[in-house]
Amino acid sequence: MGSFFIIVILLLALIVSAVVCVQISVLVKAGIALAVTSAILSVIMFRLGAALAAAFELSVCAGLITVIFISAVSMTKIMSKEELAEKRRERNKRFASLPAILIVVFAAALFFFWPHIDATLPFAASAQGDTVQNILWNKRQVDLIGQAVIMLIGVYGVMVFFRESDKE
Amino acid sequence: MSILFASFIIAVILLFTIGVYSLLMTRNLMRILISVEILTKGVTLLLIAIGYVTGRMAAAQAYVITIIVIEVVLLAIATGIILGAYRKNDTLNTGFLNNLKG
Repeated sequence: MGSFFIIVILLLALIVSAVVCVQISVLVKAGIALAVTSAILSVIMFRLGAALAAAFELSVCAGLITVIFISAVSMTKIMSKEELAEKRRERNKRFASLPAILIVVFAAALFFFWPHIDATLPFAASAQGDTVQNILWNKRQVDLIGQAVIMLIGVYGVMVFFRESDKE
Repeated sequence: MSILFASFIIAVILLFTIGVYSLLMTRNLMRILISVEILTKGVTLLLIAIGYVTGRMAAAQAYVITIIVIEVVLLAIATGIILGAYRKNDTLNTGFLNNLKG
């Protein structure tokens, strides 16, 4: 039961960091909040026994994506303090209703799921004796080919876009 | 449905609500990317929860790794496009990106 409460606390932290991520007005801080969200998600994955996916999430989503994001933000112009204050006011006004909407959605989801929830202790179903390596290399090679093609397309796309911007 | 799986489903629904609300409300291109990232986090969490409940965690991890690869490529290309748009228009606000007069 203690493990269940830890998972619930981590899920709450995940939701709070996602809300902070969309509500905060400074883009760099939003990027850092996104990294925190990814880090919390990777802790949840690790606790559920998905260690490999957790390592990927932590290194790629919390690391690489944050670096790309902050580099992109650093290439844009800095706002003046007045502009920033005005943007912050406008953003706070636009996102003021988000917590209320979340509470309503939470209540609706709880109302919908309550009759279907049983009070059994949440243990994992027995693992079906397969490894990630076996699935990736022997059963889902098409996924691997797809990933390689997507990565090549990504590299090509980034080269094209950055070359065009260099010419300008 | 166990209480743990219900908690995961509710968390995924809340993450989707945050992502969709932010997508609808924001006008900044980088923030649109952040919203898409949050939606992807919801999908990742759902996959891992289903893998845990059904005992097929290895398959769930394989799918999550594929999603992460696609996510990072999407972000890299989208960042390139956004920076290109910023250099041309000097703004990240979608309200001012009206060169095609749409």
